[in-house]
Amino acid sequence: MDKQRRKFLKIAGASVVAGIGAPAIVKLTSSPALASSAGHAPAADVHGGHVEEAPKGVRLGMVIDMRKMEEQPGQLDNAIAACINAHNVPQFPDSKNEIKWLWKAPFENVFTDHSGYHASNKITDTDFAVLCNHCDDPPCVRACPTQATFKVKSTGIVAMDFHRCIGCRFCMAACPYGARSFNWQDPRPYIKKYNKEFPSRMKGVVEKCNFCAERLALGKEPACVEACKGTGAITFGDLNDAKSELRAVLDKEFTIQRKSTLGTKPSVFYIV
Amino acid sequence: MIEKTLKGKPAYWIWLAFLGMFMAIGAACYVRQYNFGLGMTGMSRDVSWGLYISQFTFLVGVAAGGVMLVLPYYIHNYKEFGRITILGEFLAIAAIVMCLMFIMADLGQPMRALNVVLHPSPNSMLFYDAIVLNGYLFLNILCGWVILTAEKKQVKPPKWIYFFVYLSIPFAVSIHTVTAMLYCGLPGRHFWLSAIIAPRFLASAFAAGPALIVIACLVLKRVAGFDAGRKAMDKLVTIIIYAAILNMFFVGLEFFVGYYSNIPGHKHALEYLFFGLEHHGHVYNNLVPFMWAFVILAFGSIALLATPLARKKNDFFLGLGCAGLFLAFWLDKGIGFVLAGFVPTPLHEITEYIPTANELGITIGVWATGFLVVTLLYKIAIGVEHEVEEC
Repeated sequence: MDKQRRKFLKIAGASVVAGIGAPAIVKLTSSPALASSAGHAPAADVHGGHVEEAPKGVRLGMVIDMRKMEEQPGQLDNAIAACINAHNVPQFPDSKNEIKWLWKAPFENVFTDHSGYHASNKITDTDFAVLCNHCDDPPCVRACPTQATFKVKSTGIVAMDFHRCIGCRFCMAACPYGARSFNWQDPRPYIKKYNKEFPSRMKGVVEKCNFCAERLALGKEPACVEACKGTGAITFGDLNDAKSELRAVLDKEFTIQRKSTLGTKPSVFYIV
Repeated sequence: MIEKTLKGKPAYWIWLAFLGMFMAIGAACYVRQYNFGLGMTGMSRDVSWGLYISQFTFLVGVAAGGVMLVLPYYIHNYKEFGRITILGEFLAIAAIVMCLMFIMADLGQPMRALNVVLHPSPNSMLFYDAIVLNGYLFLNILCGWVILTAEKKQVKPPKWIYFFVYLSIPFAVSIHTVTAMLYCGLPGRHFWLSAIIAPRFLASAFAAGPALIVIACLVLKRVAGFDAGRKAMDKLVTIIIYAAILNMFFVGLEFFVGYYSNIPGHKHALEYLFFGLEHHGHVYNNLVPFMWAFVILAFGSIALLATPLARKKNDFFLGLGCAGLFLAFWLDKGIGFVLAGFVPTPLHEITEYIPTANELGITIGVWATGFLVVTLLYKIAIGVEHEVEEC
């Protein structure tokens, strides 16, 4: 079962790279040749003052433009609702049991190493989108004793095998972004609307955002990206593809990453 | 030799029944937790490890503490420890049994525990912890049993066993070092991210483990007519005092680094532990009483153990000092250390943790099992000692 699942995920990931699927995905990885040729010149990364490793292969990432998110109130809520529907994320009434994939939090909570002292009202009044950063060097993957959480080589997605996870929660202690949730009890009674396209989880396993790997495999965009379509609030694509829309945004705008000083190399960028 | 556990005074059976009662309660609580999930505990999304993992961490130390008897006896040929080295080895067995039980109690999917072996992940510290803990358990069972069997037959232990005895010494150090590495290698958890965690763990282990052995010796003297010898006890207390002082020194260093550098992330957890942490107008201070009890008990017990009253004359004060120190380091490592690592959360919120009754039931059940194991093993060891003396 486990092996089949892993195999499935690998094939799913590979099909993303190969561009099998809808044009939207072909666009994401439209020029693999250029992506690999870009590998010769290490891109100096200004975020956090680090030089990130030379890009290799596909590394999916995301830019969240909070200016555009704000322009249309309710935009982020739509994205969150789409995520919840896509992944059968249970809604517990209490914070103790909470399962969160994509959620919102104030600036000071999201960017804990940025000062909120005399920050503009725009920043203090806005709720920021929070999700797994799909780090290039993920501490959760390092900590996992069973490889139940792993980096998909072909996409850079930090994925989970719910059937292998033993529920030790080492990854939750290791994640510096609080992106992981644990099923403290059977989540099924708390799923509001069951979506047959994605499995629900059982008690005793950890879960988190998967960058909609299952949708990518079908040639669709991630649920949150689709929900914000046309607004430019979320741009998704290959960080290593110099011609991607994502890179165009990154080249143009000043972006920040969460806790970049920890060396995890997050793949999620923010424009505040 | 196992037959020695089957004969005993009424007090022995009453003690076993007493422990058995708590084990039964623990088992019943575990069945509830197994069926419902870990939501039966006080743990939450923010404080994702609780009493189970903190007990595990403390007990790894108790297990490692046994080496403070093995090392002087086998490496430095300190003969006085000859009678009690076996007590250290058997205590280590019981402590590791408890550690493994706490780990199992903490797993969300305990039936998948073997995935750690089936999918070995050399990048995970838990992988190494499983290796060294099981290795140390095996070494102590092997060494303890072979050496005790030789004693029973009144022959010298076979030469090959010394290889395993010497091997158990680095293993003892490694179990607590690797356990410290579970914590101190995690980015973003400032309180744990400190190179002094492993030495601090070892220091408190080398005080708490032997302190429990001294208490065990005092109890065995009364109930089983086993005299460890004044000189051995006195040397053990010297070891305990030095180790305890080292631990307090290391705690002090953590304070210096936090407060002199004045980096908020380095201070938060210490503030939360000792003074209460203010956040959005609310002061979070659940653990403050425990931590000051730790400080007072630790210094009080060190002072008491250093006086001639406890060391030379009075068994009661000796026992009191050791019990105080054991409790102090349990408060420090068995409560404060693990829980404070989760404060504040990665999103700078504060969630406090209070264990549930069911969780406490399981915890007490595991401790009772450990005491049962150590009682049975000590019964065997003392039985053999008496048998040899009679010959």
